[in-house]
Amino acid sequence: MSSKERTLDLAGARRRCLFYRRRILDISQQVTALHVAPAFSCLEMVDLICHVLMRPDPQHTNPRRFLDSFIMSKGHGCLAQYVILEDLGILAKTDLDRYCTPAGQLGAHPDYGVPGIEASTGSLGHGLGIATGMAYAEKLKGSDHRTYVMLSDGEFQEGSTWEAMMMAANLKLTNLIAFMDLNDFGGLARMSEGHPAFYPVLDKARAFGWEAAEVNGHDAQAVFEAVMNRSGRQPFLLVGRTVKGKGVSFMEHVNIWHYRSPSKEEYQKALAELAEVVA
Amino acid sequence: MRNTFADTFYEAGKRDKRLAVVVADISPAGSIQKFREDFPDRFVNTGVSEQIMIGMCAGMALRGLQPFAYTIATFTLFRPFEFVRDDLCYQNLPVTVVGIGGGVTYSTLGGTHHAMEDVAVAAAIPNMTVIAPCDPAETRAATLWCAGQTRGPVYLRLGKAGEPDFTSKAPEPWEFGKLRYLKRGKDVCILTYGPIMKVAAGLAERFEKAGKTVSVVSVHTLKPLDRDGIADALKNHGQVVVIEEMVPRGSLAGQVKEIAWDRRARCRLDTFTLQDRFIHNYGSHQDLLAAHGLDLTSISVALGLA
Repeated sequence: MSSKERTLDLAGARRRCLFYRRRILDISQQVTALHVAPAFSCLEMVDLICHVLMRPDPQHTNPRRFLDSFIMSKGHGCLAQYVILEDLGILAKTDLDRYCTPAGQLGAHPDYGVPGIEASTGSLGHGLGIATGMAYAEKLKGSDHRTYVMLSDGEFQEGSTWEAMMMAANLKLTNLIAFMDLNDFGGLARMSEGHPAFYPVLDKARAFGWEAAEVNGHDAQAVFEAVMNRSGRQPFLLVGRTVKGKGVSFMEHVNIWHYRSPSKEEYQKALAELAEVVA
Repeated sequence: MRNTFADTFYEAGKRDKRLAVVVADISPAGSIQKFREDFPDRFVNTGVSEQIMIGMCAGMALRGLQPFAYTIATFTLFRPFEFVRDDLCYQNLPVTVVGIGGGVTYSTLGGTHHAMEDVAVAAAIPNMTVIAPCDPAETRAATLWCAGQTRGPVYLRLGKAGEPDFTSKAPEPWEFGKLRYLKRGKDVCILTYGPIMKVAAGLAERFEKAGKTVSVVSVHTLKPLDRDGIADALKNHGQVVVIEEMVPRGSLAGQVKEIAWDRRARCRLDTFTLQDRFIHNYGSHQDLLAAHGLDLTSISVALGLA
């Protein structure tokens, strides 16, 4: 799994993520878009999966399709996926403009059947099981297809996630690559306060038979290198330490932004901050 | 039924490489063991982990396989209910959820192992098909149908072992979604499904001794229900009796009553189901049915035949 296979344009990734954050904020002004902060926390990792890790299918370039699969298991962060799918031309601009309206096809959680969405998620703890089944089916076929899955740290409170962790390791699913968005917040409280036994995380993943690494989840270079340098002998979990609401000072670490949409003033302030980042 | 399912699945799986079975720590009886030995890659045991059994089936179906989830009915359906609902039904994937021991089949294991409400629970989920064969031959037909279908998720409710043959002399074949007359009479029609067909057969004999001609019908496809077929049965007989090993809420019995009302049926209609309560009795399957008032004697008394 040499990093020579693919390269990361770090400046490009930064530019894209900045653009995506602004686009997500735009959508929040059209409808009461929920879950801005959890989309911001996983954005660099989802960007990396969709733009760098997943191999485009050369047979399907317009609209684009991939040889690999991606499941956004933390469905409440799907705005991150939607804006990327829009950028890739898989979703139309009208799709996002009609987000959460009767005229559109996009809801506040991803839905199977929508272009680019491979499974319905949103109820927590389902994605890794589905991804495990997908990875197993591809292994049976003898393909080199890879299954990527984006999980929240909250999903690791679900027993079903640990059932899947065990099975994926038992089945030696080396084609399964999972990401944990470790932003330390659920809907109500900090995970480290409510579930201190969850930490340290890496030891638990390894004890369940996974290869695992932990890096800053907003550092695309570090995430990329960790994934590329995996041994490929076990399923792989990348634990990305992240900040909920990353990129907007008044949203960072403030849990109300799990649900809340910014007012007009807050929206302008957030845009200004994101503009400063690019400068 | 269990062995017939296993034999049929083995045969079908030999022909069709898409067929796979995911079990949750149930000892593979009969040919499932053979399937496991001959096709180890397509036999997955998740251990005591029913949520991943269903989740994996969803993922496998999404990547082109035709998986069956297989364990005791309470654990295929109740334990991972939300996974059946969201992963299989909401996404409308062709996965067969096989529930062994529907009703109170596991009579000595207590209420934790009784799937008394399984048909109602499964049928309540949009997109879910519910099939409950009455004997090994119907099990074979239903299993083959499940193996080849693409319409979506199916709950296949089976008994356990030792069910006798009821359908080899039936005048018509098993057909998905249609009532199946095992014999035709004019006076009484007994509608039933699953292994409790045994009680229905005994009841038919008693009616016949009393001078009536009797239709015995396997209502093997509970969803989609053959509503027109039921309306015809209500129209063409003077008395209709429904017998089912399932709780009253969400039952075939309740649906037949609805159809009877909607179609202005004029026949006598009697229904017999499991009771809406947990019964802390142990013994044979027969003993448990008797405790629910669902044995041949109790039903005969209620119908004035004893």
